[in-house]
Amino acid sequence: MGTIAEIQAEITEEFNMLEDWMEKYEYIIELGKALPMIDDKYKTDDNLIKGCQSRVWLRADEQNGKIIYSADSDAIITKGIVAVLIRVLSNQNAEEIATADLAFIDEIGFKEQLSQTRANGLVSMIKEIKFYALAYQNK
Amino acid sequence: MIDGSKIRAQFPALHQKVNGKDLIYFDNAASSQKPQVVLDAISNYYHYDNANVHRGVHYLSQKATDKFENTRKSVQAFINAKNSCEIIFTKGATDSINLVANGYRSILNKGDEIIISQMEHHSNIVPWQICCEISGAELKIIPMLDDGDLDMEAFENLLSEKTKLVAITHISNSLGTINPVEKIINKTHAAGAKILIDGAQAAPHTFVDVQALDVDYYCFSAQKMYGPTGVGVLYGKKNLLTTLPPYQSGGEMIKEVSLKKTTYADLPHKFEAGTPNIAGVVAFKSALDFITDLGIENIAKHEDDLLKYAIEKLSEISDIQFIGKAKKRAALVSFNIEGLHPYDMGVLLDKMGIAIRTGHHCAQPIMEHYKISGTARMSFAIYNTKQEIDSCITAIKKAQIMLG
Repeated sequence: MGTIAEIQAEITEEFNMLEDWMEKYEYIIELGKALPMIDDKYKTDDNLIKGCQSRVWLRADEQNGKIIYSADSDAIITKGIVAVLIRVLSNQNAEEIATADLAFIDEIGFKEQLSQTRANGLVSMIKEIKFYALAYQNK
Repeated sequence: MIDGSKIRAQFPALHQKVNGKDLIYFDNAASSQKPQVVLDAISNYYHYDNANVHRGVHYLSQKATDKFENTRKSVQAFINAKNSCEIIFTKGATDSINLVANGYRSILNKGDEIIISQMEHHSNIVPWQICCEISGAELKIIPMLDDGDLDMEAFENLLSEKTKLVAITHISNSLGTINPVEKIINKTHAAGAKILIDGAQAAPHTFVDVQALDVDYYCFSAQKMYGPTGVGVLYGKKNLLTTLPPYQSGGEMIKEVSLKKTTYADLPHKFEAGTPNIAGVVAFKSALDFITDLGIENIAKHEDDLLKYAIEKLSEISDIQFIGKAKKRAALVSFNIEGLHPYDMGVLLDKMGIAIRTGHHCAQPIMEHYKISGTARMSFAIYNTKQEIDSCITAIKKAQIMLG
């Protein structure tokens, strides 16, 4: 298991090998499909990241001082994006998660996912992920 | 016959690349693009005419006031209102509805009823919910049939002597349904109630004659009619607007102010507190002239052709589900592709330079009716072409393969 920075570098390298937007999105879709679905019982309002466009459920567990995230979405691109986030941030220390600099998003060509109108996009997911980490830190 | 490509040339925003592709803009029900004449009118106003309206005796103020009031006359002619004082400028259709709903807070009492429908945009739901909460009146809802038409029988059953106001959309922003407003207005009046029609989707596509309709209040937005954002219209019958309590207060809307008692200005100024969006209102006249010059019936015909063509072409896509199949429809088509989320479709089409709308279109009760989270919506304007629809269909098929 690498550090947050190492995994980001790894993902950036993977995406940089892809030629154009289509290949990048195809890869994201693939990652979305590969991410295990979460049990329906966890698809509760408490775990829902509310937004306008697609629904995302996120849950966090603590195991041996690390935070394990799992997530699901009804939209496959959203699910692929959350899968990438989970790959970077899951199974890390709360403090590292809370302070992580996620510059790779821009580098892999998903900058538009950070825009305000993608209300349920990356910004709210990152916020929720970091929020869980902060909550564990302050426990 | 309208030459779409010739008209396109007048819209600078359409001539740009998005993600490396020629922009195809199919989100006109949300906001249409603006022709050069409208852009020039905004710019000219600030270059040469800028001053506050209705106050100064100086040259520029007179000039600005004249232009501002000319738009009021244009709107009056556009919807065939009897008096120009029946045209109130607002921020948009939402603001127009809020203006009326705010007034009804003090008109209505416990035991009174307002009727809206299940196919309303949130802006024709929430103001009435708040109005009812404050006044103690009750909100009744006309259900929708599966094809996207209103349940007119249910509507007639809801009408009673308790009904004080009916607020209904002319054309649904999510389904394209053209509601039988003449019939709805007649039935409402027969029950002794007043009627407000949300014409935000209708005014750009259909000829509206408020006198022939005998409608009490009619609302629309300039920005969906090739005009500027932040400008809307509330039409109201003079006698009704005279007794409707003021909405916002401050400058412009007063006759005399003392610290003990204020008397309000006459119509329309009673409802236009503060400095309005003068540039926007002035430029709105150019948008109305643009529509009038083309002829709204020609615009409607062009959009109708596009709609029929789009439905025909979309029908070729496997697993397509049309949301809303009302008997009479205008200018937009809502659909889903089985197994695909509309958001995914919207993201991929955007990468191909195509702007469609995805989501619940601010009409969640409709989505609830169909038990869906949202739809993909293509909505048309005068500058769209069949070639653009072809490109969009190709893009949808490509996205379908990617997502499949």
